[in-house]
This record gives sequence, structure tokens and C-alpha cells, in this order.
Amino acid sequence: MSASSTTQAVAFQRPSGPRAVKNVLASVYVIAATVLAIVPLAWVLWSVISKGFRLLLTSSWWLQSQRGITPRREGGGAYHAIVGTLEMALICAVIAVPLGVLCAIFLIEYARGTKLARAVSFTVDILSGIPSIVAALFIYALFITIFGFGRSAVAVSLALVLLMLPVVLRSTEEMLKLVPDSLREASYALGVAKSKTIIKVVIPTAIGGIMTGVVLGLARVMGETAPLLILVSYAVGINFSPTADTMGALPTMINAGRDQAPQLPGYERVWAAACTLILLVMMLNLIARGLARASRLKEK
Amino acid sequence: MSDTEAKVGSSGEVGDGLARSTGDQPAGPAPSADGHGPSLVDDPTLSPVTDDVAVSHHTHTPVPVVKGHTAHPDATTTAERSPARPAVSGIKLAKIRHTQDRIFRGLAGGSGLAIVLLVVFVGIFLLALALPSLLANQDNFLTSRNWTVAGNELRFGIAGLLWTTVLSSVLALVMSVPVAVGVALCLTQYLHRRASGPVSFVVDLLAAVPSIIFGLWGLTVLGPFLSPAAEWLIDNVGWIPLFSRSVDPKGSVFVAAVVLAIMILPIVTAISRDVFAQTPRDHIEAALALGATRWEVIRTAVLPYGRSGVISASMLGLGRALGETIAVMIILTQPAPNSPFTPSIFAGGETFASKIANNAAEFDSPSKTGAFIASGLVLFVVTFVVNAVARIIAERGHATS
Repeated sequence: MSASSTTQAVAFQRPSGPRAVKNVLASVYVIAATVLAIVPLAWVLWSVISKGFRLLLTSSWWLQSQRGITPRREGGGAYHAIVGTLEMALICAVIAVPLGVLCAIFLIEYARGTKLARAVSFTVDILSGIPSIVAALFIYALFITIFGFGRSAVAVSLALVLLMLPVVLRSTEEMLKLVPDSLREASYALGVAKSKTIIKVVIPTAIGGIMTGVVLGLARVMGETAPLLILVSYAVGINFSPTADTMGALPTMINAGRDQAPQLPGYERVWAAACTLILLVMMLNLIARGLARASRLKEK
Repeated sequence: MSDTEAKVGSSGEVGDGLARSTGDQPAGPAPSADGHGPSLVDDPTLSPVTDDVAVSHHTHTPVPVVKGHTAHPDATTTAERSPARPAVSGIKLAKIRHTQDRIFRGLAGGSGLAIVLLVVFVGIFLLALALPSLLANQDNFLTSRNWTVAGNELRFGIAGLLWTTVLSSVLALVMSVPVAVGVALCLTQYLHRRASGPVSFVVDLLAAVPSIIFGLWGLTVLGPFLSPAAEWLIDNVGWIPLFSRSVDPKGSVFVAAVVLAIMILPIVTAISRDVFAQTPRDHIEAALALGATRWEVIRTAVLPYGRSGVISASMLGLGRALGETIAVMIILTQPAPNSPFTPSIFAGGETFASKIANNAAEFDSPSKTGAFIASGLVLFVVTFVVNAVARIIAERGHATS
């Protein structure tokens, strides 16, 4: 209090001329940048929905394939492509999720802070930077050239595993780091073995965050196109077999029809496929956000 | 807390006496060790005693009840008490069966190893398949712009691909980073916490849009929209080779770069945002105490602290842009074979990734495939280096700050 009486004489001034101007300019700049960043998303969504949403309201879009439909004909649907996209993503998840979660457990629960963990972590960084086309080429080299299998949806799923792994792994890792040590210690104090502690205590505590990672990973792999181009041929008919050499998928459905003239019915189907894909991916992202919110570990 | 403990307790499979005994207890106020002891001794399911740790349960002193640790006061205090108070009738802990533990550890370690091997294999297998074609190549792989891979004579080089790839990615980075830094500053330093959450979610959603949709949108919507700007640049600064007039301004590197800039924006923003948010509160308050304006706080405290993070984020964005396939493939007009080289950003072209994807249907002979895999290998090496540099910068920044 006594200090304030000595500073009474000092009058606080607003920043003078150039400083105030710079400050205002900076504010304008960051707000403009934020608006500029939001514009593309709104624009893309508007383009896709305005051009493609009409077909999504028809039942044939969800129930029929493109078999026998030429670009000049109306009708047909994206059932084959939706099935293919979901199937490949599912096969990919079945492989990528256990591998990613186990590796995250290794990094956090067993090897935390060791040189080995740093090396594995570095590789995961590299893996997350691998372009999808390189992942596809690798599976092509390994599976098709060396092992002699044909192109198939399974090969695509394997390439997608490389892309989904880092997403699952990183989010699991982050969640495991947040699990309080007191829980682990309480479990150890009861004499529970380490593996049991991880399975029954650590994983259930972190499950929300892990699921978030899984859903985000699914959203990422569903939109990938490059592996589809290289590892499987696009099929216009319905095919459930993941080992057949053709399989429909939403990204390749868009790719196959992208050169059509705007007057043709096929043009609208391309945008409708894009609309379906974007809705699918956005939905997964919203689910992931909901999961993350519902299960946020309280940080102490 | 009590939830998880109940879970632990009820897992009867654990081959350990203590956990087993506590699992049978109802949750609630801790029973004294006195009342609980005998049941432990009489428990016939206990395995033969092997350990030397003894727990005395026949003590008549009241056991301190630790709140939150209702079920096992003994377990937590054994270590302190046992030397002073020798066991009356020693209950020895059963031996833990380590098999399950070992299997689980093996699985976890194995998957860690599998991921390392996977990345190593990517390099090895690509190299193994590219090598024969590289050896049979008649042209210089690094400097030639030819791409003749059909037939017996292989003549291919990556000079053209490298130019288009680097040009489009660097251009995207130049456009994206200033915006991303602005957004990150707005999110961390300007907006209220309640507003910044939804805004950053929207920016993150941009990363969720599949690249093929960006490609489709870029070609049909953004390309025509940008063409007046492209025309203006050509007319006014066309004397610079980079902006000179070329054949087809529609599917140009320029449009591809703008789309790439949009695609890497959320990545650069997210990482910059996280770094800016970690600026020490003290630095900001010190600047404020000296009378700094909001911008001066950013310039003197936030930006210096976040510099390495922003650089690292930019490198990650660059890595993503270099490897982007389908959007670039859709947008870029493929140049006619043997067309002369042009440095202009308003020309079409092919990047590594778009070249491979464009020709994916033609992987019929090993030598042809090998040529494409060779260019994929270069892409792998380039992105590897870029990502590794990003990681090293990030770690250094972390260490010094």
C-alpha cells in the first residue's frame, strides 16, 4: 500500500502513436488470418453440398451400385463404394488398432525414458510423415511384386495400416501419459501384476482417448485415394470379397468420374459421392470430438 | 478411484495372495486387520509360501485407516512395520506367476519392434525394386527430364518432377505459414478460451477434408476463381520467369500450390498453437508489466519462445505438401511429352506423387515399375529428411527453452 502512494505521481499513458498503430494492425492481421483460414472449409463444404446433396436424398443412392450405369444415364447409387470404403477401413483398423495400442503401451509403460523408446518414437514420427503414395508403393513392392499376390482390397488395407498406425499410437500414448501414477501404484500395492494393471486399470481409464484416436484414424484412412489407385481396381458393381482384385470405394468413385462434363448426370454423381465421403468423415470427426469430451481425463 | 480399485480386486486371476484376499472385501470402511487376519490364514486357495516378505495380521493395534485406500491398509504399511515388529505367524505372499506378464511385455515390445522394422523395410524394399531399373537407366537419374520407361531401353530422370514438387510445396509453405501463425496467435493470445475452442475445431476440421475433394474443388471451383489473379500476375510481373505466361493457366502449379497451402494450414496452425500456448506466463506478464502492448508482448515473448516450434511445424507441413498425391494429380495438367522446360508457376507439370499415381494402371513390367518405385524412393528420402529435420528442430527448441 505504501508503494502505491509513492507511484501516485506516475500517470499511466496509453501507448503513443506508432506503437498503438502497430498494435491495431497486428490485431487486424490475426483476425483476418483466422477468417481467411475458415473460408476454405466453408467454401469446400458449400460446393460439395450444393452440387451433390440432392442425390443423397434418393433411396437408390444408398441401395444401388453403378453397374450398367453410363455417365449419360440417370440413377444408380454409391452402395458399392460405401461398402468398399467401410470394409477396407475396418480391415485396416483390425490390424492397426492392436498394433498401435500395444506399441504405445510399450513406449509408456515399459520403456518410458529409455533410448529404445526414443528410437521407436522417432520411427513413429517418420512413419507419420510417410506420404500415402509411398506406403502404397511399399505394399505394392512387398505384396504384389515379391510375394506374388494380385491387387486386392486387402493390399489397400495393409497400406492404410501404415497411415492409421501413427494416429492411433500417438493418441494412445498421450492418454497413457495422462493416467495418474497413483492408480498404477494402488494396483501394484494390491499385488496385481503389471500386465493385469495395464489391462484392467490403465486401459479402461484411457479408453476414451484411445477411441478418439481410433475414430480419427478411421476418418483419415477413409479419405485416402493413392493406395486405392495403385493397389486395387475400381469396381462399379457390388463386391464384398476383400481378396477380389476389384473393389468400389468412394474416393475412386470420385476419381473415375471426375472428367465428366457438367451437363451429364454422371457429373452430379461425382459430387454426390464427394458429399457422401465428406459427411462420413465429418461425422467421424464429430464422434471423435464427442468421445474426447465425454472421457477427458481430469488433469490434476 | 474406488471404481478402479474394485476392478482390480475382482480380477481373481491374479496369482497373488494379497490381491485375492482384498478382492473379497466389500467396499466401505476398512475392517481392522485384526478381524481380517484369520480368514487370510485359513484361505486354502493360497499357493505355497515362497517369498520372505511376511505380513503380520495378528496385531492388536488399530491400523490407521487411510482414506481412499480402504481395502488394504496392511499392504501399504508393511514395509515400515515389519522390521520393528517380527511376524507372529507369518503370512507369506504367494509367488506371482510371471508368464502372463512376460507374454504381454513380449507383445508390447514386439509391436514396437514391428513398427521400427516396418519403416526400415519401406526403405529396403523400395530400394531393392528400384535398383535394377536404376542400373539399367541410360540417362542420368538426377538431371534428366526424360521419362521413357516402356520397351527395352530405359531413359528416365527426376529433374522435372523434383522441380514441380519442390516449387509447388515451397510456394504452398510461403502462402500458408504467415496465415497459420496469425491464426495460432489469434487462438492463443486474442480469443477468449471459450471462443478459441470452437474456432480451432473448425480449423482442425479442414485437415479432415479428404484430399480428393480438395482436388476436385481446386480444379472446378478454385481454379476458375483464381484465373483473374493469375492473369493479372502474368500481365504485370510476367517478366520474371517464375510468373511468365505458359500454355495452360488452368491446371497450373499455382492453383495446386494454393490448394496445398489450404491443406497444410491446419497442421502448421495446430502445432504453432500448441507451442504459443506454452509460452511461460512469467514472460508475458513481465512484458505487460513493462508497459508492452499486446503486439509487443507477442513480439518480445510469444514469438521468440515459439520460433523453433513454428519452424518445426512448417517443416512438417512441407513434408505433407511434398507427398500429397491425389489433389495435385487432379489439378495439375500433365505436360505433353518432351515439352520444353518452363520455370513458370502458371504451367502444368507433374510431381513425384502425381507421376506415380497417374501411371498406376501401367505397372506391368518390373523395369517400368522399378522406374516409378525409384521416384517413390526419392520422395520417401526427401520426406524422411524433412521430417527428421522438423523433429530435431523441435527437440532442440525444447531443450533450450
